[in-house]
Amino acid sequence: MIRTLIYLLIGIVFGITMFKSEASSWFRIYEMFKFESFHMYGIIGSALAVGIIFVQIIKRKKLKSFYKEEIIFTPKDKGIARYLIGGIIFGLGWALAGACPGPMFTLLGAGFFPILIVILFAVIGTYVYGLLKDRLPH
Amino acid sequence: MNWIFEPWPWYVSGPMIAFIMLLLIMVGKNFGMSSNLRTMCTICGAGKNTDFFKFDWKSQKWNLVVVLGAIIGGFIGSHLLTNDFAVNINPETISDLKVLGFNSAGKAYLPTELFDNSVFSNLKGITLLALGGLLVGFGARYAGGCTSGHAISGLSNLQLPSLIAVIGFFIGGLVMIHFLFPLIF
Repeated sequence: MIRTLIYLLIGIVFGITMFKSEASSWFRIYEMFKFESFHMYGIIGSALAVGIIFVQIIKRKKLKSFYKEEIIFTPKDKGIARYLIGGIIFGLGWALAGACPGPMFTLLGAGFFPILIVILFAVIGTYVYGLLKDRLPH
Repeated sequence: MNWIFEPWPWYVSGPMIAFIMLLLIMVGKNFGMSSNLRTMCTICGAGKNTDFFKFDWKSQKWNLVVVLGAIIGGFIGSHLLTNDFAVNINPETISDLKVLGFNSAGKAYLPTELFDNSVFSNLKGITLLALGGLLVGFGARYAGGCTSGHAISGLSNLQLPSLIAVIGFFIGGLVMIHFLFPLIF
């Protein structure tokens, strides 16, 4: 129960951050792909700079989780095709819908109901991938 | 405390995102949003005919709770912590968008041309949102992650596959905005 509450609080902070940073604004995504502002690059870049430090500290000091469990970082499977092709398809959709899988839920909470169409079809797209998975290059 | 009602600058937002990832790691989980879309497929019964969706979705319940939080956070961010919704994008971007027919650029949080409730009776708008969602869902699962899973979590762990995926995200985004937008809008 306490753990569920913690996940909820983390999600709330995430949602507020996505909204207030304007990372869930379609306009910011468009502006980013136009290279006409530093804003989104600053967000991703600084998240990454701080994130790399966090992960390195956890790995080098072999830190345990708050629940004293071992922290495991699963390396991504090797390969190029799936990451490049999948990434390009994702990027096409990200620029068109102006929302990725986190912010789309933030926008729903913010009251932009047409985002439900994006969410519904993102679930359908995931399902279509599951159907075609074995026939796609990975 | 007035700053909290203003748009948050990148140097606050970025480290906040890293901090959210850190918290999830420290509670023994990971930061990745698109896997929830797979979980939702499984809950809807997709595991009956496709192995990819055959897993115990209850093991992913924690992440659905994060999603619920993200929805609540969106409500709080917009209804309680924002006075002015206009996103202050570059004036050049605004004039580019006006050429494409987005007159709400610079005056709204999202383009009203795509996200006003009137879009529900606009076939082109519905089609574009559906197509965008389809590509995001399909692409994220094909690439094994989205902005959170690859661009933040994966790159923070210096994963080469995540770098390839992020390069893909940008190729796709650039093609959409520079080549396809002039054809679509």
